[in-house]
Amino acid sequence: MCGIVGLFLKDSSLEPRLGGLLAGMLEVMTDRGPDSAGFAVYGAGGKDHVKLTVRGSELDGIAGALGVEAVRRDTHLVLSLPLAEEDRVRGWLATQRPDLVVTGAGQRIELYKEVGLPADVAGRFGLPAMSGTHGIGHTRMATESAVTTDGAHPFSTGKDQCLVHNGSLSNHRSLRRLLEPQGIAFSTDNDSEVAAGYLTWRMRQGASLAEALEASLDDLDGFFTFVVGTENGFAVLRDPISCKPAVMAETERYVAFGSEYRALVGLPGIEDARVFEPEPAHVYAWERN
Amino acid sequence: MPVVDLAACSKRDLNAALHALPADTNETHWRVENPAGQHSLAAGLDAPVTVEIAGHAGYYCAGMNQQATVIVEGNAGVGVAENMMSGMVHVKGDASQSAGATAHGGLLVIDGNASARCGISMKGIDIVVKGSIGPMSAFMAQAGNLVVLGDAGDALGDSIYETRIYVRGSVRSLGADCIEKEMRPEHRQDLQRLLDAAGIADVSADEFRRYGSARKLYNFHVDNAGAY
Repeated sequence: MCGIVGLFLKDSSLEPRLGGLLAGMLEVMTDRGPDSAGFAVYGAGGKDHVKLTVRGSELDGIAGALGVEAVRRDTHLVLSLPLAEEDRVRGWLATQRPDLVVTGAGQRIELYKEVGLPADVAGRFGLPAMSGTHGIGHTRMATESAVTTDGAHPFSTGKDQCLVHNGSLSNHRSLRRLLEPQGIAFSTDNDSEVAAGYLTWRMRQGASLAEALEASLDDLDGFFTFVVGTENGFAVLRDPISCKPAVMAETERYVAFGSEYRALVGLPGIEDARVFEPEPAHVYAWERN
Repeated sequence: MPVVDLAACSKRDLNAALHALPADTNETHWRVENPAGQHSLAAGLDAPVTVEIAGHAGYYCAGMNQQATVIVEGNAGVGVAENMMSGMVHVKGDASQSAGATAHGGLLVIDGNASARCGISMKGIDIVVKGSIGPMSAFMAQAGNLVVLGDAGDALGDSIYETRIYVRGSVRSLGADCIEKEMRPEHRQDLQRLLDAAGIADVSADEFRRYGSARKLYNFHVDNAGAY
């Protein structure tokens, strides 16, 4: 099971509503994934800055100790710092607070995930009030591993990159053995994180997001519908037998993805949107200029 | 005419009301507003009534249908008219995967496209798709007719038992044991019947090619023993 959603705005006047729309989409997908939820939002940010989303407990005092700006949202803390400070901050976190997990890093990405009903998770992090250009989300029904925050999506293995996955991969162990020596680090045993790492590796080699996804059709074995975000991009890919459901809607103002059409019902102007089912083994990608 | 607004009442209430209809009901024309892609709309009907769904439907719309006419004025999700026994289902938009799956009878008309596995394991239903169909359609099909005015995707009719498949456009590839067959007069006549039933007046049966079972997979062939 699991539900995935994504929203990529073309019309900047919708940006203040991104979080609210995405929260609505996530909540509708509760039937497909009531165990945990997560989302990534691409909000404000600058070229010479980096945002680190950190997850854990006892988050008070971290920003002060590091001398950086931070916004606390429930169990997550978003640190904003000059790019030149990133190594120092990461080093401090690794030595002083090894209990914390960096869930996402990049110019604009913020990434939150937690156990609980999707509406509760979205509410705890204040998703409905977030603004941004695009975002993706996931509701999880754990079928093969425990209900933990580590098992929740999205997964991020590169700067401003994130992925949500509906499905299961069968060659993730062997892929992981190929990717780890290439410097791709994984923080869980999850198969979906390997898919994210694979795309990060391809893009690090110079591939575009669309090219990386194209290559994944040859290298990934299993069932998948992916929704992927980058700093300026948004893409969707289904496996060649389209094992997992997917519906998309496109208007002049946005591109939206849902595991089911129900998730898209609350979007503005959905009555007049071009609603279509993405074809199997076909990469759909959009980029912001 | 009863109008049921799903923004104001539940899908279960709708389906319960439709299931309670006696065979001689006078409430023969229903309209369902604000369907919002909900699943299992008008599933399990068994009365000669017409139900119009004013928008997009979710999974398994009109599943197990008997006698009723169900019209979806938008797109339909996975498994529309799955296991239909009789009656008619008309989707005015596109249909998602497994349209008409395992259905034994009745007529399913899709004005737009149908995606993967259209007519999978069909057992007697007639399906007419005015657009194109996705890959692996008519997989393990057993009986009935599948008519496609557009194109068919990969592996059409894979592991087919019986079922006549008529395609007007191109077929990307045929599945195992599915072959092109001769269009004889009786096929043209039967296809014309199906086009008429679907209300298609401007297309001639002569424009189609016929596909069906080579009947080579019915029994185990000893020459294949080495493959196991």
